[in-house]
Amino acid sequence: MMLDNLPDWAQVMVALLLAGGGLISLVGSFGLLRLGDFLQRLHASTLVTTLGTLSVLAASMLAFSLAWRRLVLHEILIALFVTIGAPVANMLLARVELYRTGRLPGRERP
Amino acid sequence: MTGLVTWAAGFAALCFVAGMACAAVRLLKGPSAQDRVLALDACYANAMLLLVVLGMRFGSVLYFEIALLIALFGFVGSAAMAKFLLRGEAIEP
Repeated sequence: MMLDNLPDWAQVMVALLLAGGGLISLVGSFGLLRLGDFLQRLHASTLVTTLGTLSVLAASMLAFSLAWRRLVLHEILIALFVTIGAPVANMLLARVELYRTGRLPGRERP
Repeated sequence: MTGLVTWAAGFAALCFVAGMACAAVRLLKGPSAQDRVLALDACYANAMLLLVVLGMRFGSVLYFEIALLIALFGFVGSAAMAKFLLRGEAIEP
């Protein structure tokens, strides 16, 4: 079992990061289910891709680096793709909402 | 403190599964098309985090590769569907 051989402070930090990331992602997804407007739901679901993802990836980097006794940084690739991708997709979705409800100036609805 | 990280990983995995269930409900009943695209995007993000946590739990790097592919293709799919809803076609000539 890889995770139980870490030093104590690392176990506490990894456990806190994992539990915090899980709770924040759950709050974001529950907001996606619960909130009333599309733009509010868009605002809630960004919680998953920013704070939840970053804390879980930080926990993974810390745990793998300490367990294998070398620097393991390949989670940065996921963080890079999520950091680039999620704002672009969310911005396109916000434009879709404005466009389909007729609130985007300069264009008429299809 | 034996098993602290294992319990935290199980808790986080449970949270991600509950988040995927919330996103699936929104995907099924979402009133508009962009709601469904957003719910699918949230489902992708939760599944990617679940795979990262499972990889930590079992000490394997194979889960990381799947999580990387899900992060990449989830973004491409959401952007393509949003572009389709916005312009009527995904790849413009």
